[in-house]
Amino acid sequence: MATTQNNSDAALIVRNLSVFFGNRAAVKDVSLDVTARAVTAIIGPSGCGKSTFLRALNRMHELNPEARMEGEIKLFGDDIYSRNVEPVVVRRRIGMVFQKSNPFPTMSITENVTVGLRLNGVRERKLLAERTEQSLRMSALWDEVKDRLHAPAISLSGGQQQRLCIARALAVQPEVLLMDEPASALDPLATSKIEELILQLKKDYTIVIVTHNMQQAARVSDFTAFFYIGELVEFDATAKIFTSPSKKQTEDYVTGRFG
Amino acid sequence: MDNHFEAGLDTLKQKLLTMASHAETAVNQAVQALVQRDSALALRVKEDDNVIDQFEVEIDELAIQLLTKAPLATNLRLVTVAMKISQDLERIGDEASKIAKRARDLSLEPPVKINLDLPRIAGLALDMLKAALDAFVNRDSAAARAVIPRDKEVDALNKQIHAALVQHMVENPATIGRCLHWIVAAKSIERIADHATNVAEDVVYLCEAQDIRHTGVKSQAVSP
Amino acid sequence: MTAENHNWRNFKNAFMQTLTFACAILVIMPLLLVFYHLIKEGFSSINLAFFTQLPKPVGEVGGGMGNAIAGTFILLAQAAVIGVPVGVLGGVFLSEYGGTKLNWWIRFAADILNGVPSITWGIVVYALMVVPMHGFSALAGGVVLGMMMIPLVMRTTEEVLQLVPGGYREAAFALGISKWKTIVQIVVRTALKGIVTGVLLALARVAGETAPLLFTALGNRFWAHSLTEPIAAMPLQIFAYAISPYDDWHRQAWAGALVLLLLVLAINVGVRFLTRDRFQHKV
Repeated sequence: MATTQNNSDAALIVRNLSVFFGNRAAVKDVSLDVTARAVTAIIGPSGCGKSTFLRALNRMHELNPEARMEGEIKLFGDDIYSRNVEPVVVRRRIGMVFQKSNPFPTMSITENVTVGLRLNGVRERKLLAERTEQSLRMSALWDEVKDRLHAPAISLSGGQQQRLCIARALAVQPEVLLMDEPASALDPLATSKIEELILQLKKDYTIVIVTHNMQQAARVSDFTAFFYIGELVEFDATAKIFTSPSKKQTEDYVTGRFG
Repeated sequence: MDNHFEAGLDTLKQKLLTMASHAETAVNQAVQALVQRDSALALRVKEDDNVIDQFEVEIDELAIQLLTKAPLATNLRLVTVAMKISQDLERIGDEASKIAKRARDLSLEPPVKINLDLPRIAGLALDMLKAALDAFVNRDSAAARAVIPRDKEVDALNKQIHAALVQHMVENPATIGRCLHWIVAAKSIERIADHATNVAEDVVYLCEAQDIRHTGVKSQAVSP
Repeated sequence: MTAENHNWRNFKNAFMQTLTFACAILVIMPLLLVFYHLIKEGFSSINLAFFTQLPKPVGEVGGGMGNAIAGTFILLAQAAVIGVPVGVLGGVFLSEYGGTKLNWWIRFAADILNGVPSITWGIVVYALMVVPMHGFSALAGGVVLGMMMIPLVMRTTEEVLQLVPGGYREAAFALGISKWKTIVQIVVRTALKGIVTGVLLALARVAGETAPLLFTALGNRFWAHSLTEPIAAMPLQIFAYAISPYDDWHRQAWAGALVLLLLVLAINVGVRFLTRDRFQHKV
């Protein structure tokens, strides 16, 4: 079931996406539009394919040699799976933040932030310094680290490390930011900082967030997609999904009757 | 999966229905006291209003507690609707008290020689309330929608009673005081019907997630 | 839970504790014995001349093992040039590329090679290099030591790379960094200390190999002037002196053995030092 909002607002248009691992279909024939500069949440019980779906959006599933996809995904009109497109380029336009924060341990804070730029050939110091400050400000970390930019990245707390990873992802100036349960390893205070950050970021970025926490989806997202065993069951405005979902399966999941 | 939560919702529903039956009884007794000039009954109605008020407090408390568990979808609508219905029921109780007060005042004076059919208008209002509450229990959206246009009939009847009383007052100035009591009592019944309509609209929201309040086709705004 | 059982259990505990302690001491004993003997017999022969001079002819006192010490370092340098790139890159392949079936076979082969007796390596390189070249050479010695290093370095490199959490690779890919850059700048860089450790330990291991050198480097009484000449090496020299009938040479053999042991010890201590605060960051 696809809810297609006004197409001109769509950052990502997904049509008939299926992802297979060997013979098993983890994602089955999913179509939806991700609205630009809005937060779209993906919810569903464990194993329902939401992380697999997210990874297909920036071709990360290709890291698994057994993974195979069918269907079409367009990023602002560009087919990201077309033969002329390198996966590396796609991932610079669509960034990702993971559940467990993973700042590179051999690098300092500022080296981490700029690693995406430096390893893609950017050398100009002034640009790197500007981008560092910009990204750290955007991820609400600047004030906390501005005096120790050269400290090892792993000297930060868990919540700070996750914000550093967000800054690192933002530094390459992606158009879309994918987040795979970004706050699930954090304490409530750190979690609420990340959520606040997401609400700030959506002014400039399109965000897709996978979460197993429905309250979190209700708090931060504008649209919510409910997945169940690889299929998209319902996709609508968040307020609608959580106050009066159309499908009984969604209602049952959201009111806690299963999953 | 959350049995404690489901149990909490059931308790909420039960309390609401119990409160409703108290309110219905209050209205019935108030009208009876009025028609039969029973001062003692009128007094009882006024005292029992405390019970109804207490129910509103309890229901609101329970609802807030349930809200901290962050219910969603139907559960969320149920809790918020329960709070609204309890408020309407409390107002119905207040209107019953007002009728009882007028009943007591009228019983202290000689009766007015006019044929008013207050039991009929009261019956209509109470039927509306019962139908709305049944729709709540049965989650019957269509039945709830059917209650709403019936408010027009009550309004029309109230107008009739009002006109008859005005005419009587013009012709028999000595009865003005007593007629005014009757006018107020009839007005209270008309308000009870309005509250029953509100309950019906809340039930529609619960079932359909559609808010049909203030969407035209209601009875006239304010009766004089 | 009678008192008798209690006593029997106590006795058993104490007995086992003593037994295992004794075995542990037994393990260290050889090392202590070796050190003791080497120092006792060889320390007196260690002087500057030992490190810088050539062996004197039979009968003359003095001289040293300068050529053997230099030879060992030259052989190790060659071994490193061969063993390190091939071993590390092979380890990178096993860890980061390759299909599971192919990798299984490669690992299997590497493990077998690690168990091959060193003399066999010597014979193989003899046939491959010494015969066609019509002579023993330092080059052949370097090659055989290098080839022995390869499977060792490859396996340790692979293991260390596998210890790098997958999350770092994922994060790098998600930033649009290409696979090769990810491997070099992120994965290898993170595992660098471990890789260096593996290389150093492999060097320490081949530094003391004697048998393969018998068939390749052969040994030399003098300084070697090119890599195509036979070259002296410490294990070879120690062997030659030890089986000779001359006391002076025996003393020098002890000294050589001591120096060799100190070399291996230095490498191991160096490794410990390098890895001292690895991965002590907050998790």
